[in-house]
Amino acid sequence: MEKILLSHGDGGLLTYELLRSLFLPRFRNEILERLTDAAVIDGVEGKVAFSTDAFVVDPIFFPGGDIGRLSICGTVNDLSVAGARPVFIAASFIMEEGLPVTDLERILDSMAQASKEADVQVVCGDTKVVGKNQADKLFIVTTGLGYIYKEVSLGYEKIKEGDLVVVNGPLGNHGLAVLLARESFGFKTEIQSDCAPLNHMIGALLEHHRGVKFMRDVTRGGLATCLKEIALFSKKDILLEEVLIPVDEQVKGVCEMLGLDPLYLANEGKFLLICDPDEATSIVQFLRQEFQQERACVVGSILGEGSGDLFLKTRAGGKRRLRMLLGNPLPRIC
Amino acid sequence: MTLIEPIRGLASELSKKRGRPLRIMEVCGTHTVQISRMGLRSLLSPFLELKSGPGCPVCVTHQLDIEYFLSLAEKYGVTIATFGDMLKVPGRKGSLEQMRADGVDVRVFYSPLDALAFAQERANLNIVFIGVGFETTAPLCAFTLREAERRGVRNFSLLSLHKLVPPVMDALLQDGEVQIDGFLLPGHVSTIIGRKSFEFIGRRYRLPSVVTGFEERDILKAIYMLLVQIKEGRAETENGYERLVKDEGNVRAKAMMEEVFEPEDSLWRGFGLIRESGLRIRSKYMVFDARERYPLTVEETEKEVDCMCGDVLRGRANPKDCPLFFSLCNPLSPYGPCMVSSEGACSAYYHYGEG
Repeated sequence: MEKILLSHGDGGLLTYELLRSLFLPRFRNEILERLTDAAVIDGVEGKVAFSTDAFVVDPIFFPGGDIGRLSICGTVNDLSVAGARPVFIAASFIMEEGLPVTDLERILDSMAQASKEADVQVVCGDTKVVGKNQADKLFIVTTGLGYIYKEVSLGYEKIKEGDLVVVNGPLGNHGLAVLLARESFGFKTEIQSDCAPLNHMIGALLEHHRGVKFMRDVTRGGLATCLKEIALFSKKDILLEEVLIPVDEQVKGVCEMLGLDPLYLANEGKFLLICDPDEATSIVQFLRQEFQQERACVVGSILGEGSGDLFLKTRAGGKRRLRMLLGNPLPRIC
Repeated sequence: MTLIEPIRGLASELSKKRGRPLRIMEVCGTHTVQISRMGLRSLLSPFLELKSGPGCPVCVTHQLDIEYFLSLAEKYGVTIATFGDMLKVPGRKGSLEQMRADGVDVRVFYSPLDALAFAQERANLNIVFIGVGFETTAPLCAFTLREAERRGVRNFSLLSLHKLVPPVMDALLQDGEVQIDGFLLPGHVSTIIGRKSFEFIGRRYRLPSVVTGFEERDILKAIYMLLVQIKEGRAETENGYERLVKDEGNVRAKAMMEEVFEPEDSLWRGFGLIRESGLRIRSKYMVFDARERYPLTVEETEKEVDCMCGDVLRGRANPKDCPLFFSLCNPLSPYGPCMVSSEGACSAYYHYGEG
């Protein structure tokens, strides 16, 4: 079996064979192996977080990751920033006729690896095959369930004047890694996607710090878009300081060459949090020391009640407004 | 330690003497964007105003030329190859981006050489490359046509919409409507044509100018150099970008341009016809000239909308002065190219939050 055929999606013997030989061995767990129509989950206590994402990244393999790793980390991280411990994942696959099985195996291996890192289980899923040119190689949809940590309560209403904005590391790596893998600009870089599960880091952080008020993972649209949304929803004005924002040298250089702004590029292993100013230093130190986030730092502050403006204090000392990303120059980044 | 304070100090002193703010014009879209990104205008106000000039090649492309290439695909079924910037420029029937969604073959390339290679791979397609740009881009397009000839590529042609910077600056200064005290000269264009190409600004109009680089420190340094010239009453063309710009420019690039192009009178948005300000493909390379291969007349229409792109390009108005700015004209629904070009003044003002 070299390529995925339409008949692999027919629900019959070939589908069963596909599941048995490719999918099940990689996602070994009791719930999945029952192969019932729905996963039955026991013992849920307290509040539950529920999140879903579709993954259509092009190309499906890129430096630092692939669509499989993304599909696990993306959903794990969405649950984590909601203040939940991610536990269960559902994964649906839409495959294009002709997808090489070796590619599918690599992706599934990657998903298994990411699940192990994140300590989550893929407990249900689906596979479909569509004809040639009716889907671009592979699309994956993952949905995740997590348990909200008791005593953690995050929300827009908690954000107050004087609170600080922290990120866990340099921005823009994922967006650029995918763009450079997709187009051929004729130059080589070492830029890799930062795709990684953040749940252990966030879980530990929340355990030790009560002053975290809000979190977001900084994906499509970048830090600027995320913060702009937060400013609008919380009706606060926010100030970012350009000199504080961590960006790798190579990312800076490529952005300059291509006319891109790292503040608007997607990340898949970065989150922002808004916290009590008294805890900011301790939080940053925690991230640096316990989780090797060497460039974690404060990047901005909440100015106070406002119309939801996001400002940037530039390196030169000027001030300008950051708007929501318009007309994304980089489609299919996640 | 930056030059901001000395610049403000000097500008304050000079503007007090004149009884009005100083006005410096930058003639390069990349400078407009960088200045906006730095938040520089608010830092230098009220003593010094930085005005944008006709520095964005997409923005100064006349609407008739835009309608021409937008009609090309419809009439001749060609594949339009373009720099990304042209994609969203609005025309009567929509933009290239909208036409692409309707099935027209539009491809974005970072270099005309990539488009040429593509043409070689796809012999069944007829590729027309939209050659937009000032003297920085023209040598590359010239080289591409030479390569096309050398490789014997039959299905590739260039629509030359190239324009030259010194003539439009001359036209701006002749007009005399906007009072400018000095110019920040385009760094990349100067790399090609050389510092000396701008000496006419001092000789003919007694105004100072400085060739300016693109880093923040380059821009601040150039502004400072200009202010010192103004204070000392000098009208020279100084080089603030010595690491890349020579007096004579890049001789090879100029020769390349000479070989393939010749100057022609050209229509500019906001300026109308300027003599010898555009580049036409020489008859020797006629077979690669899209205008020769694909003749098309575009009818002039009455301007339906009060878009102030033309005035913005002449430095007569700021983007914020345009009644359409922001509310009606924005990157999602633009009226003119200034709002969608990555080097457009309106786009820079919009994206970097001015107004």
